[in-house]
Amino acid sequence: MSMIVPFGPQHPVLPEPLQLRLEIVDETVVSALPVIGYVHRGLERLAEQKDFQQDTYLIEHICGICSFMHSTTYCTGIEEIMNIEIPERAKYLRVAWSEMHRIHSHLLALGLLADAFGFESLFYQIWRTREHIMDAMEYTTGGRVMLSAACVGGVRKDINEEQKQFVLEKLALIEAEFKEEAHVLLDDYTVKARTVGVGVLDAKTAYERGAVGPTARASGLKMDHRMTGYFAYDKLDFEPVVENDCDAYARTKVRIREVFQSIDLIRQALSALPDTPLKTAFKGNPNGEAAVRAEQPRGEVIYYLKGNGTDKLARCRVRTPTFANVAPMLHMLNGCSLANVGVIVLSVDPCISCTER
Amino acid sequence: MSKFTGKSPWVVHFNCNSCNGCDIEFLACLTPLYDAERFGVLHVGNPKHADILVVTGSVNKKNMHVLKNVYDQIPAPKAVVAMGVCAATGGLFADCYNVVGGIDKVIPVDVHVPGCPPKPEAMLDGIVKAVEILKKKTKETETVTEELPVVIVKPKELPAETAAPATAKESEK
Repeated sequence: MSMIVPFGPQHPVLPEPLQLRLEIVDETVVSALPVIGYVHRGLERLAEQKDFQQDTYLIEHICGICSFMHSTTYCTGIEEIMNIEIPERAKYLRVAWSEMHRIHSHLLALGLLADAFGFESLFYQIWRTREHIMDAMEYTTGGRVMLSAACVGGVRKDINEEQKQFVLEKLALIEAEFKEEAHVLLDDYTVKARTVGVGVLDAKTAYERGAVGPTARASGLKMDHRMTGYFAYDKLDFEPVVENDCDAYARTKVRIREVFQSIDLIRQALSALPDTPLKTAFKGNPNGEAAVRAEQPRGEVIYYLKGNGTDKLARCRVRTPTFANVAPMLHMLNGCSLANVGVIVLSVDPCISCTER
Repeated sequence: MSKFTGKSPWVVHFNCNSCNGCDIEFLACLTPLYDAERFGVLHVGNPKHADILVVTGSVNKKNMHVLKNVYDQIPAPKAVVAMGVCAATGGLFADCYNVVGGIDKVIPVDVHVPGCPPKPEAMLDGIVKAVEILKKKTKETETVTEELPVVIVKPKELPAETAAPATAKESEK
Protein backbone atom coordinates (compact mmCIF):
# COMPACT_ATOMS: atom_id res chain seq x y z
CA MET A 1 0.00 0.00 0.00
CA SER A 2 1.71 3.15 -1.15
CA MET A 3 1.05 6.74 -0.14
CA ILE A 4 2.10 10.13 -1.47
CA VAL A 5 4.29 12.39 0.69
CA PRO A 6 4.80 15.96 -0.55
CA PHE A 7 8.41 17.11 -0.12
CA GLY A 8 8.36 20.91 -0.39
CA PRO A 9 7.72 23.58 -1.66
CA GLN A 10 8.48 24.97 1.82
CA HIS A 11 10.87 22.51 3.43
CA PRO A 12 13.66 23.02 6.00
CA VAL A 13 16.22 21.26 3.79
CA LEU A 14 15.40 23.11 0.58
CA PRO A 15 16.44 26.72 0.18
CA GLU A 16 14.22 26.89 -2.90
CA PRO A 17 10.62 25.95 -3.62
CA LEU A 18 10.77 22.64 -5.45
CA GLN A 19 8.05 20.12 -4.77
CA LEU A 20 8.68 16.41 -5.06
CA ARG A 21 5.67 14.13 -4.75
CA LEU A 22 7.19 11.01 -3.26
CA GLU A 23 5.28 7.77 -3.53
CA ILE A 24 6.40 5.70 -0.56
CA VAL A 25 5.85 2.16 0.67
CA ASP A 26 6.79 1.97 4.37
CA GLU A 27 10.00 4.03 4.39
CA THR A 28 11.11 3.40 0.82
CA VAL A 29 10.54 5.81 -2.03
CA VAL A 30 8.98 3.98 -4.99
CA SER A 31 8.75 6.90 -7.38
CA ALA A 32 9.23 10.66 -7.35
CA LEU A 33 7.39 13.26 -9.39
CA PRO A 34 8.70 16.83 -9.50
CA VAL A 35 6.12 19.62 -9.46
CA ILE A 36 7.52 22.86 -10.81
CA GLY A 37 6.19 26.35 -11.47
CA TYR A 38 6.77 27.95 -8.07
CA VAL A 39 9.63 30.14 -9.34
CA HIS A 40 8.59 30.64 -12.93
CA ARG A 41 8.72 34.32 -13.91
CA GLY A 42 8.84 34.33 -17.70
CA LEU A 43 12.31 35.78 -18.09
CA GLU A 44 12.97 34.51 -21.62
CA ARG A 45 9.93 36.41 -22.84
CA LEU A 46 11.06 39.57 -21.08
CA ALA A 47 14.51 39.23 -22.69
CA GLU A 48 12.83 39.47 -26.11
CA GLN A 49 11.16 42.74 -25.12
CA LYS A 50 14.32 44.52 -23.96
CA ASP A 51 17.40 45.85 -25.69
CA PHE A 52 20.13 43.21 -26.20
CA GLN A 53 22.53 45.32 -24.10
CA GLN A 54 20.00 45.58 -21.25
CA ASP A 55 19.57 41.81 -21.43
CA THR A 56 23.10 41.35 -20.07
CA TYR A 57 21.87 42.72 -16.75
CA LEU A 58 18.53 40.92 -16.96
CA ILE A 59 20.08 37.53 -17.75
CA GLU A 60 22.46 37.92 -14.83
CA HIS A 61 19.33 37.64 -12.68
CA ILE A 62 18.37 34.20 -14.01
CA CYS A 63 20.19 32.88 -10.99
CA GLY A 64 21.92 34.63 -8.12
CA ILE A 65 24.42 31.83 -7.52
CA CYS A 66 26.06 31.62 -10.94
CA SER A 67 25.04 35.10 -12.09
CA PHE A 68 28.35 36.10 -13.71
CA MET A 69 28.52 32.89 -15.74
CA HIS A 70 25.03 33.44 -17.13
CA SER A 71 25.81 36.96 -18.29
CA THR A 72 29.22 36.02 -19.79
CA THR A 73 27.73 33.09 -21.68
CA TYR A 74 25.03 35.36 -23.06
CA CYS A 75 27.68 37.93 -24.08
CA THR A 76 29.72 35.18 -25.77
CA GLY A 77 26.65 34.28 -27.81
CA ILE A 78 26.06 37.87 -28.94
CA GLU A 79 29.78 38.21 -29.76
CA GLU A 80 29.59 35.07 -31.86
CA ILE A 81 26.62 36.43 -33.84
CA MET A 82 28.29 39.80 -34.40
CA ASN A 83 31.84 38.41 -34.94
CA ILE A 84 33.41 40.43 -32.13
CA GLU A 85 36.84 39.30 -30.94
CA ILE A 86 37.19 40.26 -27.28
CA PRO A 87 40.54 41.51 -25.87
CA GLU A 88 42.90 39.03 -24.19
CA ARG A 89 42.69 40.72 -20.79
CA ALA A 90 38.90 40.42 -20.80
CA LYS A 91 39.21 36.67 -21.44
CA TYR A 92 41.45 36.19 -18.41
CA LEU A 93 39.25 38.38 -16.22
CA ARG A 94 36.18 36.40 -17.26
CA VAL A 95 37.99 33.21 -16.19
CA ALA A 96 38.95 34.75 -12.84
CA TRP A 97 35.42 35.87 -11.94
CA SER A 98 33.86 32.64 -13.25
CA GLU A 99 36.14 30.58 -11.05
CA MET A 100 35.39 32.81 -8.06
CA HIS A 101 31.72 32.06 -8.66
CA ARG A 102 32.49 28.35 -8.86
CA ILE A 103 34.24 28.43 -5.48
CA HIS A 104 31.37 30.31 -3.83
CA SER A 105 28.75 28.03 -5.39
CA HIS A 106 30.54 24.81 -4.38
CA LEU A 107 31.13 26.04 -0.82
CA LEU A 108 27.46 27.02 -0.61
CA ALA A 109 26.36 23.58 -1.86
CA LEU A 110 28.70 21.71 0.50
CA GLY A 111 27.49 23.80 3.44
CA LEU A 112 23.86 23.11 2.63
CA LEU A 113 24.64 19.40 2.26
CA ALA A 114 26.17 19.46 5.76
CA ASP A 115 23.00 21.18 7.02
CA ALA A 116 20.85 18.53 5.28
CA PHE A 117 22.34 15.72 7.34
CA GLY A 118 22.20 17.81 10.48
CA PHE A 119 25.88 18.80 10.90
CA GLU A 120 25.12 22.45 11.64
CA SER A 121 28.55 23.51 12.92
CA LEU A 122 30.19 22.25 9.72
CA PHE A 123 27.63 24.25 7.72
CA TYR A 124 28.61 27.39 9.65
CA GLN A 125 32.34 26.73 9.24
CA ILE A 126 32.07 26.25 5.47
CA TRP A 127 29.98 29.40 5.09
CA ARG A 128 32.51 31.35 7.14
CA THR A 129 35.19 30.27 4.66
CA ARG A 130 32.87 31.26 1.82
CA GLU A 131 32.79 34.85 3.09
CA HIS A 132 36.44 35.25 2.00
CA ILE A 133 35.54 34.73 -1.65
CA MET A 134 32.52 37.02 -1.28
CA ASP A 135 34.93 39.70 0.01
CA ALA A 136 37.22 39.11 -2.97
CA MET A 137 34.30 39.56 -5.40
CA GLU A 138 33.09 42.67 -3.61
CA TYR A 139 36.60 44.18 -3.59
CA THR A 140 37.12 43.60 -7.31
CA THR A 141 33.67 44.47 -8.70
CA GLY A 142 31.63 46.18 -5.99
CA GLY A 143 28.94 43.51 -5.80
CA ARG A 144 28.82 40.46 -3.57
CA VAL A 145 26.35 38.45 -5.62
CA MET A 146 25.48 40.41 -8.77
CA LEU A 147 28.84 41.41 -10.20
CA SER A 148 27.54 43.19 -13.33
CA ALA A 149 31.08 42.95 -14.67
CA ALA A 150 30.35 41.39 -18.06
CA CYS A 151 29.27 43.31 -21.13
CA VAL A 152 29.07 42.55 -24.83
CA GLY A 153 32.59 42.99 -26.21
CA GLY A 154 34.57 42.37 -23.02
CA VAL A 155 34.32 43.25 -19.36
CA ARG A 156 33.31 46.42 -17.58
CA LYS A 157 35.61 46.26 -14.58
CA ASP A 158 39.30 45.67 -14.08
CA ILE A 159 41.47 44.00 -11.46
CA ASN A 160 44.44 46.24 -10.57
CA GLU A 161 47.63 45.27 -8.74
CA GLU A 162 46.27 46.07 -5.26
CA GLN A 163 43.04 44.12 -5.87
CA LYS A 164 45.07 41.21 -7.25
CA GLN A 165 47.10 41.00 -4.02
CA PHE A 166 43.86 41.11 -1.99
CA VAL A 167 42.36 38.24 -4.00
CA LEU A 168 45.54 36.15 -3.66
CA GLU A 169 45.58 36.69 0.12
CA LYS A 170 41.95 35.61 0.38
CA LEU A 171 42.63 32.53 -1.78
CA ALA A 172 45.44 31.49 0.58
CA LEU A 173 43.03 31.85 3.53
CA ILE A 174 40.37 29.74 1.80
CA GLU A 175 42.89 27.05 0.91
CA ALA A 176 44.10 26.77 4.50
CA GLU A 177 40.65 26.81 6.10
CA PHE A 178 38.91 24.60 3.58
CA LYS A 179 41.54 21.85 3.92
CA GLU A 180 40.32 21.24 7.47
CA GLU A 181 36.64 21.28 6.51
CA ALA A 182 37.29 18.98 3.53
CA HIS A 183 38.95 16.57 5.93
CA VAL A 184 35.72 16.42 8.00
CA LEU A 185 33.52 15.97 4.91
CA LEU A 186 35.70 13.21 3.50
CA ASP A 187 36.96 11.30 6.54
CA ASP A 188 34.41 11.75 9.34
CA TYR A 189 32.72 8.45 10.22
CA THR A 190 29.23 9.90 10.73
CA VAL A 191 29.38 12.03 7.58
CA LYS A 192 30.43 9.02 5.54
CA ALA A 193 27.55 7.02 7.01
CA ARG A 194 25.15 9.50 5.45
CA THR A 195 26.83 9.88 2.04
CA VAL A 196 28.66 6.66 1.07
CA GLY A 197 26.47 4.41 -1.08
CA VAL A 198 23.59 6.91 -1.08
CA GLY A 199 22.03 7.98 -4.38
CA VAL A 200 24.02 5.69 -6.69
CA LEU A 201 24.03 6.70 -10.36
CA ASP A 202 26.12 4.38 -12.50
CA ALA A 203 28.04 5.68 -15.52
CA LYS A 204 25.70 4.13 -18.10
CA THR A 205 22.54 5.62 -16.53
CA ALA A 206 24.27 8.96 -16.07
CA TYR A 207 25.12 9.03 -19.76
CA GLU A 208 21.69 7.84 -20.91
CA ARG A 209 19.80 10.29 -18.70
CA GLY A 210 22.05 13.17 -19.75
CA ALA A 211 23.69 14.09 -16.45
CA VAL A 212 26.04 17.10 -16.56
CA GLY A 213 28.60 18.75 -14.32
CA PRO A 214 29.74 17.28 -10.99
CA THR A 215 26.86 14.76 -11.11
CA ALA A 216 28.24 13.28 -14.35
CA ARG A 217 31.90 13.57 -13.31
CA ALA A 218 31.23 11.72 -10.04
CA SER A 219 29.88 8.83 -12.12
CA GLY A 220 33.11 8.52 -14.05
CA LEU A 221 32.16 10.53 -17.14
CA LYS A 222 34.98 12.83 -18.22
CA MET A 223 32.76 15.73 -19.21
CA ASP A 224 33.95 19.26 -18.58
CA HIS A 225 33.08 21.91 -21.11
CA ARG A 226 36.05 24.05 -20.02
CA MET A 227 38.25 21.54 -21.85
CA THR A 228 37.04 22.98 -25.17
CA GLY A 229 38.99 26.11 -24.25
CA TYR A 230 36.52 28.97 -24.40
CA PHE A 231 37.61 32.30 -22.80
CA ALA A 232 41.22 31.70 -21.80
CA TYR A 233 40.80 28.13 -20.55
CA ASP A 234 42.89 26.79 -23.46
CA LYS A 235 45.94 28.64 -22.11
CA LEU A 236 45.52 27.42 -18.52
CA ASP A 237 46.71 24.13 -17.14
CA PHE A 238 44.01 21.91 -15.63
CA GLU A 239 42.43 18.47 -15.83
CA PRO A 240 38.73 17.69 -15.25
CA VAL A 241 38.01 16.19 -11.83
CA VAL A 242 36.60 12.67 -12.22
CA GLU A 243 35.54 10.21 -9.50
CA ASN A 244 34.26 6.68 -10.00
CA ASP A 245 32.25 5.95 -6.86
CA CYS A 246 28.93 7.18 -8.37
CA ASP A 247 27.33 8.10 -4.99
CA ALA A 248 26.69 11.24 -2.91
CA TYR A 249 30.16 10.89 -1.39
CA ALA A 250 31.77 10.98 -4.84
CA ARG A 251 29.80 14.11 -5.77
CA THR A 252 30.98 15.76 -2.56
CA LYS A 253 34.54 14.74 -3.40
CA VAL A 254 34.29 16.18 -6.91
CA ARG A 255 33.11 19.53 -5.54
CA ILE A 256 35.86 19.62 -2.92
CA ARG A 257 38.56 18.91 -5.50
CA GLU A 258 37.06 21.49 -7.87
CA VAL A 259 37.30 24.19 -5.19
CA PHE A 260 41.07 23.61 -5.02
CA GLN A 261 41.24 23.43 -8.82
CA SER A 262 39.45 26.79 -9.10
CA ILE A 263 41.85 28.36 -6.61
CA ASP A 264 44.70 27.18 -8.81
CA LEU A 265 42.97 28.47 -11.98
CA ILE A 266 42.43 31.96 -10.49
CA ARG A 267 46.11 32.10 -9.52
CA GLN A 268 47.12 31.11 -13.04
CA ALA A 269 44.75 33.61 -14.66
CA LEU A 270 45.75 36.52 -12.43
CA SER A 271 49.48 35.87 -12.88
CA ALA A 272 49.12 35.87 -16.67
CA LEU A 273 46.90 38.97 -17.08
CA PRO A 274 47.93 40.55 -20.40
CA ASP A 275 48.05 44.33 -20.70
CA THR A 276 45.31 45.06 -23.27
CA PRO A 277 42.15 47.18 -23.27
CA LEU A 278 39.08 45.74 -21.51
CA LYS A 279 36.50 46.09 -24.23
CA THR A 280 36.16 45.97 -28.02
CA ALA A 281 34.00 48.70 -29.50
CA PHE A 282 31.32 47.57 -31.94
CA LYS A 283 28.43 48.94 -33.95
CA GLY A 284 25.12 47.57 -35.10
CA ASN A 285 22.63 44.98 -33.93
CA PRO A 286 22.87 41.18 -33.87
CA ASN A 287 21.55 39.48 -37.00
CA GLY A 288 21.76 35.69 -37.10
CA GLU A 289 21.76 32.89 -34.60
CA ALA A 290 24.20 31.21 -32.26
CA ALA A 291 24.26 28.38 -29.73
CA VAL A 292 26.93 28.69 -27.05
CA ARG A 293 27.87 26.50 -24.12
CA ALA A 294 29.78 27.07 -20.90
CA GLU A 295 30.62 25.09 -17.79
CA GLN A 296 28.79 26.37 -14.74
CA PRO A 297 29.25 25.08 -11.18
CA ARG A 298 26.32 22.70 -11.71
CA GLY A 299 27.23 21.67 -15.24
CA GLU A 300 26.90 22.76 -18.80
CA VAL A 301 24.59 25.63 -19.73
CA ILE A 302 23.42 26.10 -23.33
CA TYR A 303 22.26 29.40 -24.76
CA TYR A 304 20.45 29.69 -28.05
CA LEU A 305 20.21 33.29 -29.28
CA LYS A 306 18.60 34.60 -32.44
CA GLY A 307 18.80 38.21 -33.61
CA ASN A 308 16.79 39.76 -36.43
CA GLY A 309 18.79 42.92 -37.09
CA THR A 310 16.88 45.04 -34.58
CA ASP A 311 18.05 45.95 -31.09
CA LYS A 312 15.67 43.30 -29.66
CA LEU A 313 16.38 39.59 -29.85
CA ALA A 314 13.96 37.34 -31.72
CA ARG A 315 14.58 34.43 -29.36
CA CYS A 316 16.60 33.75 -26.24
CA ARG A 317 16.50 30.16 -25.01
CA VAL A 318 18.41 28.75 -22.05
CA ARG A 319 18.97 25.10 -21.16
CA THR A 320 20.27 25.11 -17.60
CA PRO A 321 22.37 22.34 -15.99
CA THR A 322 19.79 21.57 -13.30
CA PHE A 323 17.20 20.77 -15.95
CA ALA A 324 19.55 18.13 -17.34
CA ASN A 325 20.18 16.78 -13.83
CA VAL A 326 16.51 16.33 -12.88
CA ALA A 327 16.12 13.02 -14.75
CA PRO A 328 19.25 11.47 -13.11
CA MET A 329 18.03 12.78 -9.73
CA LEU A 330 14.66 11.03 -10.11
CA HIS A 331 16.53 7.82 -10.94
CA MET A 332 18.57 8.14 -7.73
CA LEU A 333 15.45 8.75 -5.63
CA ASN A 334 13.81 5.48 -6.74
CA GLY A 335 14.35 2.93 -3.99
CA CYS A 336 16.05 5.23 -1.47
CA SER A 337 14.78 5.66 2.08
CA LEU A 338 12.73 8.73 2.96
CA ALA A 339 15.46 10.01 5.32
CA ASN A 340 17.97 10.12 2.45
CA VAL A 341 15.84 12.24 0.10
CA GLY A 342 17.26 15.52 1.43
CA VAL A 343 20.87 14.32 1.10
CA ILE A 344 20.33 13.02 -2.44
CA VAL A 345 18.59 16.18 -3.63
CA LEU A 346 21.31 18.42 -2.21
CA SER A 347 24.14 16.20 -3.49
CA VAL A 348 22.88 16.99 -7.00
CA ASP A 349 22.75 20.65 -5.93
CA PRO A 350 19.65 21.73 -7.87
CA CYS A 351 19.10 25.38 -8.77
CA ILE A 352 15.37 25.72 -9.33
CA SER A 353 15.50 29.42 -10.04
CA CYS A 354 17.75 28.71 -13.07
CA THR A 355 15.57 25.88 -14.27
CA GLU A 356 12.26 27.70 -14.21
CA ARG A 357 13.48 31.25 -14.95
CA MET B 1 4.68 38.31 28.07
CA SER B 2 5.70 41.41 26.12
CA LYS B 3 8.78 41.62 28.33
CA PHE B 4 10.13 38.46 26.75
CA THR B 5 8.97 38.80 23.14
CA GLY B 6 11.72 40.10 20.93
CA LYS B 7 14.48 38.52 22.98
CA SER B 8 14.60 35.53 20.67
CA PRO B 9 12.56 36.03 17.51
CA TRP B 10 12.44 32.86 15.41
CA VAL B 11 12.59 33.38 11.71
CA VAL B 12 11.12 31.30 8.91
CA HIS B 13 12.32 31.97 5.38
CA PHE B 14 10.19 31.49 2.27
CA ASN B 15 11.55 31.84 -1.25
CA CYS B 16 8.69 33.04 -3.42
CA ASN B 17 9.90 33.87 -6.90
CA SER B 18 13.41 34.92 -6.16
CA CYS B 19 16.56 34.57 -8.28
CA ASN B 20 18.44 33.11 -5.23
CA GLY B 21 20.49 36.30 -4.84
CA CYS B 22 18.54 37.42 -1.77
CA ASP B 23 18.27 33.87 -0.41
CA ILE B 24 21.98 33.22 -0.28
CA GLU B 25 22.55 36.65 1.26
CA PHE B 26 19.88 35.95 3.87
CA LEU B 27 21.51 32.62 4.71
CA ALA B 28 24.84 34.45 4.94
CA CYS B 29 23.27 36.67 7.64
CA LEU B 30 22.85 33.62 9.86
CA THR B 31 26.43 32.43 9.50
CA PRO B 32 29.35 33.40 11.77
CA LEU B 33 30.51 36.61 10.03
CA TYR B 34 27.19 38.48 10.31
CA ASP B 35 25.77 36.22 13.02
CA ALA B 36 22.09 37.07 13.37
CA GLU B 37 22.04 34.79 16.41
CA ARG B 38 23.50 37.57 18.54
CA PHE B 39 20.02 39.15 18.35
CA GLY B 40 18.52 35.82 19.39
CA VAL B 41 17.38 35.08 15.85
CA LEU B 42 17.02 31.38 15.12
CA HIS B 43 16.28 30.07 11.65
CA VAL B 44 13.54 27.43 11.81
CA GLY B 45 11.93 25.34 9.10
CA ASN B 46 8.45 25.11 10.56
CA PRO B 47 6.21 28.19 10.26
CA LYS B 48 4.31 27.09 13.39
CA HIS B 49 7.41 27.79 15.49
CA ALA B 50 8.19 31.17 13.94
CA ASP B 51 7.54 34.82 14.86
CA ILE B 52 8.95 36.56 11.79
CA LEU B 53 8.37 35.59 8.16
CA VAL B 54 11.11 36.59 5.73
CA VAL B 55 10.01 36.54 2.10
CA THR B 56 12.30 36.95 -0.92
CA GLY B 57 11.05 37.44 -4.45
CA SER B 58 7.76 38.45 -5.99
CA VAL B 59 4.61 36.34 -6.13
CA ASN B 60 3.29 34.44 -9.13
CA LYS B 61 -0.03 32.72 -9.67
CA LYS B 62 1.18 29.40 -8.34
CA ASN B 63 3.10 30.34 -5.22
CA MET B 64 0.72 33.00 -3.85
CA HIS B 65 -1.43 30.28 -2.27
CA VAL B 66 1.65 28.69 -0.72
CA LEU B 67 2.76 32.04 0.70
CA LYS B 68 -0.71 32.70 2.17
CA ASN B 69 -0.67 29.21 3.65
CA VAL B 70 2.74 29.71 5.28
CA TYR B 71 1.65 33.11 6.63
CA ASP B 72 -1.56 31.70 8.11
CA GLN B 73 0.35 28.95 9.90
CA ILE B 74 2.46 31.41 11.90
CA PRO B 75 0.82 32.10 15.29
CA ALA B 76 -0.05 35.75 16.07
CA PRO B 77 1.58 38.16 16.84
CA LYS B 78 3.77 37.95 13.74
CA ALA B 79 5.82 40.28 11.56
CA VAL B 80 6.63 40.05 7.85
CA VAL B 81 9.89 41.26 6.27
CA ALA B 82 10.01 41.69 2.47
CA MET B 83 13.66 41.19 1.44
CA GLY B 84 14.80 42.84 -1.75
CA VAL B 85 13.16 44.95 -4.39
CA CYS B 86 11.32 41.98 -5.99
CA ALA B 87 9.38 41.34 -2.78
CA ALA B 88 8.44 45.03 -2.66
CA THR B 89 7.24 45.64 -6.23
CA GLY B 90 8.33 42.80 -8.49
CA GLY B 91 11.54 44.69 -9.25
CA LEU B 92 13.38 43.67 -12.39
CA PHE B 93 10.73 41.05 -13.16
CA ALA B 94 7.70 43.34 -12.73
CA ASP B 95 6.99 43.20 -16.48
CA CYS B 96 7.19 39.41 -16.75
CA TYR B 97 3.92 37.72 -17.72
CA ASN B 98 3.88 35.36 -14.76
CA VAL B 99 4.66 37.92 -12.04
CA VAL B 100 1.70 39.29 -10.08
CA GLY B 101 3.70 41.88 -8.14
CA GLY B 102 5.06 42.48 -4.65
CA ILE B 103 4.11 40.22 -1.77
CA ASP B 104 1.86 42.93 -0.29
CA LYS B 105 -0.76 41.79 -2.82
CA VAL B 106 -1.13 38.61 -0.79
CA ILE B 107 -0.10 39.29 2.81
CA PRO B 108 0.43 42.45 4.95
CA VAL B 109 4.09 43.55 5.08
CA ASP B 110 5.73 45.29 8.05
CA VAL B 111 9.28 45.97 6.85
CA HIS B 112 10.62 46.46 3.32
CA VAL B 113 14.37 46.03 2.78
CA PRO B 114 15.45 47.61 -0.54
CA GLY B 115 18.30 46.36 -2.72
CA CYS B 116 19.01 43.85 -5.42
CA PRO B 117 20.16 41.96 -3.43
CA PRO B 118 20.37 43.92 -0.13
CA LYS B 119 23.64 43.74 1.78
CA PRO B 120 23.55 41.39 4.79
CA GLU B 121 23.94 44.45 7.06
CA ALA B 122 20.71 45.91 5.62
CA MET B 123 18.97 42.58 6.09
CA LEU B 124 19.99 42.45 9.75
CA ASP B 125 18.71 45.99 10.16
CA GLY B 126 15.37 44.93 8.65
CA ILE B 127 15.06 42.00 11.05
CA VAL B 128 15.88 44.21 14.06
CA LYS B 129 13.18 46.65 12.94
CA ALA B 130 10.73 43.75 12.60
CA VAL B 131 11.53 42.76 16.19
CA GLU B 132 10.50 46.24 17.38
CA ILE B 133 7.22 45.93 15.46
CA LEU B 134 6.69 42.47 16.92
CA LYS B 135 7.12 43.87 20.46
CA LYS B 136 4.58 46.59 19.75
CA LYS B 137 2.09 44.09 18.31
CA THR B 138 2.50 41.86 21.35
CA LYS B 139 1.65 44.75 23.69
CA GLU B 140 -1.51 45.48 21.72
CA THR B 141 -2.73 41.90 21.79
CA GLU B 142 -1.67 41.15 25.36
CA THR B 143 -4.28 39.95 27.87
CA VAL B 144 -4.42 42.25 30.93
CA THR B 145 -3.71 40.00 33.86
CA GLU B 146 -3.95 42.54 36.73
CA GLU B 147 -7.75 42.52 36.80
CA LEU B 148 -8.05 38.76 37.18
CA PRO B 149 -8.65 37.44 40.72
CA VAL B 150 -5.44 36.29 42.34
CA VAL B 151 -5.63 32.82 43.89
CA ILE B 152 -3.02 31.87 46.43
CA VAL B 153 -2.63 28.16 47.02
CA LYS B 154 -1.24 27.11 50.39
CA PRO B 155 -0.09 23.56 51.21
CA LYS B 156 -2.27 21.65 53.62
CA GLU B 157 -0.89 21.23 57.12
CA LEU B 158 0.34 17.67 57.50
CA PRO B 159 -0.49 15.47 60.54
CA ALA B 160 2.27 15.47 63.20
CA GLU B 161 3.38 11.79 62.75
CA THR B 162 3.97 12.08 58.96
CA ALA B 163 5.73 15.40 59.28
CA ALA B 164 8.16 14.10 61.90
CA PRO B 165 10.39 11.81 59.72
CA ALA B 166 10.90 14.57 57.17
CA THR B 167 12.24 16.94 59.79
CA ALA B 168 14.42 14.14 61.17
CA LYS B 169 15.94 13.63 57.74
CA GLU B 170 16.65 17.30 57.37
CA SER B 171 18.40 17.42 60.72
CA GLU B 172 20.60 14.49 59.60
CA LYS B 173 21.77 16.49 56.65
